[in-house]
Amino acid sequence: MRLTEEQQAILDGSEGEVMAKVMKTLVMYGDIYGAERMVPVTSELGHTVISFGISVMGPVYDLYDQLINAGVVSKQEFTADPLPLDPNVPSGPIRDIVFKIMYKYQDRYEDQLKRLGLRPGGPHEAYTCTSYLPEVGNTPKQGDVLSWAESSAVVFANSVLGARCNRNSGIIELFGSIAGVVPEFGLLTDDGRKADYLVKVETSKKPEPQLLGSAVGMHVMDKVPYVVGLDQWIGTELDDEAVTYLKDFGAATASNGSVGLYHIENLTPEAKEQGRALLREDAEVYVIDDAELERVKASYPVVWSNPNARPKLCFMGCPHMTLNQIVEWTDRLERELQAAGRTKVSVPTVFTAAPGVLEEFSKLPQALRLENMGVTTSYICPLMYMNNPLAKAMPVITSSNKLRTYTSARYYTDDQICDILCGRSV
Amino acid sequence: MASRTFQGRVVIPGTVSAEALVSRGGFNTLASYQTALLLGDKQVKCGDQNNPDLYKKPMAGRAICLPETIGSTTGGMAFYTVCALEKGPACLLFSKTIDSLAAAGAVLAANWTEHPMPVVDQLGDEFLGYVQDGMTVTVGEDGAVTLSDPEPDATGGKK
Repeated sequence: MRLTEEQQAILDGSEGEVMAKVMKTLVMYGDIYGAERMVPVTSELGHTVISFGISVMGPVYDLYDQLINAGVVSKQEFTADPLPLDPNVPSGPIRDIVFKIMYKYQDRYEDQLKRLGLRPGGPHEAYTCTSYLPEVGNTPKQGDVLSWAESSAVVFANSVLGARCNRNSGIIELFGSIAGVVPEFGLLTDDGRKADYLVKVETSKKPEPQLLGSAVGMHVMDKVPYVVGLDQWIGTELDDEAVTYLKDFGAATASNGSVGLYHIENLTPEAKEQGRALLREDAEVYVIDDAELERVKASYPVVWSNPNARPKLCFMGCPHMTLNQIVEWTDRLERELQAAGRTKVSVPTVFTAAPGVLEEFSKLPQALRLENMGVTTSYICPLMYMNNPLAKAMPVITSSNKLRTYTSARYYTDDQICDILCGRSV
Repeated sequence: MASRTFQGRVVIPGTVSAEALVSRGGFNTLASYQTALLLGDKQVKCGDQNNPDLYKKPMAGRAICLPETIGSTTGGMAFYTVCALEKGPACLLFSKTIDSLAAAGAVLAANWTEHPMPVVDQLGDEFLGYVQDGMTVTVGEDGAVTLSDPEPDATGGKK
């Protein structure tokens, strides 16, 4: 890799031993992919995936102490993934004790984040996996180079916003924000953004975003898919509904596979600009029809100790819900509960969203109606909640394929979730 | 004892000999490690219920053979942490080019821990088709990976 004089000097120790090690790590990272140079991070804000002070991750916090003690902090402010704890979420005294033990470094870590450059604001304001939403305000521009981690945010920024970011790991993303540069390879290059797969959506109805994303992710893994046939279901404009759909679709591609970028024909920015010229000549074809979605859904293992157990908790919002999504779910639940002759949901339910989104939602008439239906809203990370071994033993349901992948939560489609919450059998 | 050698690319240099543990599909790093880390499991048994090749099998000290890693961008941090805690794999052996999350974990372990793990990639599909759980894997400084059948035990069975 060709470094500038300044970068070489840093590598040689001009800014101290710890900063030299940060630069060395980034150079080695880039060398693996033949990166020829470092490029500046151009986004206003960074985003880190590590938001939790979990007891077993001691080495991470020790590393961050080394950075702070050496004065090696981020050149840009950044947002962070959602917090692991929120007293609003149903729990219990024993479970709370376990949470305290599990997240014993939480205060220490939140303090470290502030010192490293976390964006200041109201309580918990900077913590969400959907930092790119307008209510949060960490929305990169097309062409911006990012040093982000959080698989669902990276795939959204690349695909829907047209920013440029590799699938960086936690810690590495902070190093990029500290150095102000990242190695240029993969999704930062024009060639790396070409599509390796032509995915044809040939379903008879609008596919569930998290199921479609799961199918795509499991099939293409880390490759770039160019999806055709989806615009007939979600349109050709990036309106609230399409953005919500793509947020959930992308999260599933990234967690069930390792997709960092997708193109949707006639919808996402690069697909609109370049069309099928984005496809590589040797692109493989993957056809997704109703039968393929059924096959994928049937392949999910049920890991509940009693597969017939009655659900005890429902989590919606992994990734965090958009404002539009909470409003639509509120209206839908109200209609469906009324039709079922009920006033409250049959399973304790938590809708999770960014603090900024929840604040906007609280100003709407739907907020009180949702509360009256027995649904809790929270800024928590459902995944972190489910890490509690006692939570893990609970039968939890979700329509998030990401949550299903990493925890014991059982996946149901949105329609099925609605039926369960309204007391109808599935 | 039959053996076969595959040549890969050195990502993180080092020599090691260990028992193979094979994931034919993508290795979901967070899903594989999080339960074991949370419970302080010394054997570091795989917690990924979606990976039938590895689910509930001990991973610490094994030569993990895989096509690539998938899933959460905490993956590299997870590799760094298990290496720092001396619970990491003996080495990572990729049939494909290493993905960016595993690469991050490998360089973090190499630069920020006392226990880096040798990593070799681009070993090819044939490598992943040939290697079996329990084989003895020997990794050379030049990226040569030799696979040997397990030595028979005293009863004539395989260890």
